[in-house]
Amino acid sequence: MSSSFRIFDIAGSAMSAQSVRLSTVASNLANADAVGSDPNSVFKAHLPMFKSAPEIAGQQTPGVRVTGVVENQAAPEKRFEPGNPMADGEGYVYAPNVNVVEQMVDMISASRSYQNSVEVMNTAKELALKTLSLGS
Amino acid sequence: MADLDPVFGLHAQSLAVQRQRMEVLAANIANADTPHYQARDIDFSKVLAQAQGQQQAAAGGSLGLAAPSSGQAAGAAASATPETMPALSYRVPLQTSIDGNTVDEQVEQSAYADAAMHYQASLSFLSGQIKGLMTAITGQ
Repeated sequence: MSSSFRIFDIAGSAMSAQSVRLSTVASNLANADAVGSDPNSVFKAHLPMFKSAPEIAGQQTPGVRVTGVVENQAAPEKRFEPGNPMADGEGYVYAPNVNVVEQMVDMISASRSYQNSVEVMNTAKELALKTLSLGS
Repeated sequence: MADLDPVFGLHAQSLAVQRQRMEVLAANIANADTPHYQARDIDFSKVLAQAQGQQQAAAGGSLGLAAPSSGQAAGAAASATPETMPALSYRVPLQTSIDGNTVDEQVEQSAYADAAMHYQASLSFLSGQIKGLMTAITGQ
């Protein structure tokens, strides 16, 4: 028989996964304007990969884990800025392939999911405490 | 402990089933952003019906909620043991999503609140029974 504290594990795994997602969004936004002269070395947007945590034998309630952070392989944005000191021989600079609007949406989604998990944990905690004080 | 079963009735087992349901729903909410994750739920009335069927087959005793003996639920994987997951089944999605995830956060949240409320109701009943027993024991 599994304990009611399994809910804490599940909600906790979701909170850490969402916080990784928030960190990557923060990193992407921070580097959104870091232009460079070489299209290969310019910053690429990072994406966390989520997966249900492996199911332990007999337990069918998986948490979530981050299997890795991958780079978005889309081509960087090419801008003609001959006055920029980072410009290459033809006057172009390369901006990271970070879509700021996409990142903001991702941030809101991650924040909401995090809040959901906090609520789940709060409810589970209240019920566990009530169960402990049963009959008093 | 067996002697107290008639006093507590099905609420003791109901607590266990509701807790398992909350676990499943918590997993759904945790995997709301996981691609290809399919939401699941425990049907409480199905568990009750199974328990009643077993009771009738056994012919006797008070009504209890026992976990089903075989994995008749659609979602029960091969690793499912009878004690861990009664009547687990996949949720039918209201809207399909492009990444194959079938979690609807609003549905899961309301289901979680529902399970928590039922859990609390069973707790209240149990608490009342214990208070009654204490009154009978102390005689005041």
